[in-house]
Amino acid sequence: MHGLTPIFSTVTASFLASFVEVVEAFTIVLAVGVTRSWRPALTGAALALILLAALVLVFGPLLALVPITVLQFAVGVLLILFGMRWLRKAILRSVGVIPLHDEEKAFSKETEELRRQAGDRRADYLAAVASFKAVLLEGVEVVFIVIAVGAAHGQTLYAGLGALAAFVLVMLIGLAVHRPLARVPENSLKFVVGLMLTSFGVFWTGEGLGAEWPGADLALLAILAVIAAASFAMVRWLRGTYPSPAEGAAR
Amino acid sequence: MIRLFFNELVGMFVDDGNLALLAVILIALIAAAVKVLGLPPLTGGVLLLAGCLAILLESVRRAARDKAR
Repeated sequence: MHGLTPIFSTVTASFLASFVEVVEAFTIVLAVGVTRSWRPALTGAALALILLAALVLVFGPLLALVPITVLQFAVGVLLILFGMRWLRKAILRSVGVIPLHDEEKAFSKETEELRRQAGDRRADYLAAVASFKAVLLEGVEVVFIVIAVGAAHGQTLYAGLGALAAFVLVMLIGLAVHRPLARVPENSLKFVVGLMLTSFGVFWTGEGLGAEWPGADLALLAILAVIAAASFAMVRWLRGTYPSPAEGAAR
Repeated sequence: MIRLFFNELVGMFVDDGNLALLAVILIALIAAAVKVLGLPPLTGGVLLLAGCLAILLESVRRAARDKAR
């Protein structure tokens, strides 16, 4: 599986998924930096990145010991669970059943919390912990996505490059605008990523079971098309059947 | 912190518990049908795709219906 189709889909899935996660982590780190100071913000973020790197270095090589069909099946199952969770949330946000994620609101909430802790003598420590937590928790998802979309076919490098590009892009935009990236169409990105990860999951679980998909790698695109068509049909049907007053655009 | 980390780890895969449980059951049934009953693996893959979509539909329909009540 070394054609352009899987490489392109691996890089795209990894880039888009990581972009969403990095934006969320960036909001919290920015809130800490602006409200408290940049020292605890960057210290917490750096410690979390070191811990994530250590986790990858410790557990990454273990994957090489797992037989490829077992790895494809296990990663496929996890991707189905992970991707369908994102897809479900994106569909429900598109039809207004659950509210859209709001970076401005997340920023305000974190800022308020930090201001409340300002009088505490451990304020710097608490600020660093907030930054550490945000980067670690969002980073774990990025690590999973990179390993999951890359490992089953030896494309971890491409997946890692996609995630790195997302990190660099968010940092550049963030440094330029110096405020939460609230205009990022987060739900649309989550929708696309949910579609892609679920498709990868079905494809690899099938391969893990021994299926030889017609068209080989191109079957991934066919699976993606089927899941996308079904998901958009669900959105239309839900909008018609359960109209919500808070119905939001799929931003 | 460790508990939060593990909660996040579980939360990465389980949001609607029903959806996750049904998906795991579906995969287990298809895997058993392929490995034990000799179902062609490609048929298993197609059933997996259809089953995942059915489970997703049931999950979003239930959430929308609960919200509408």
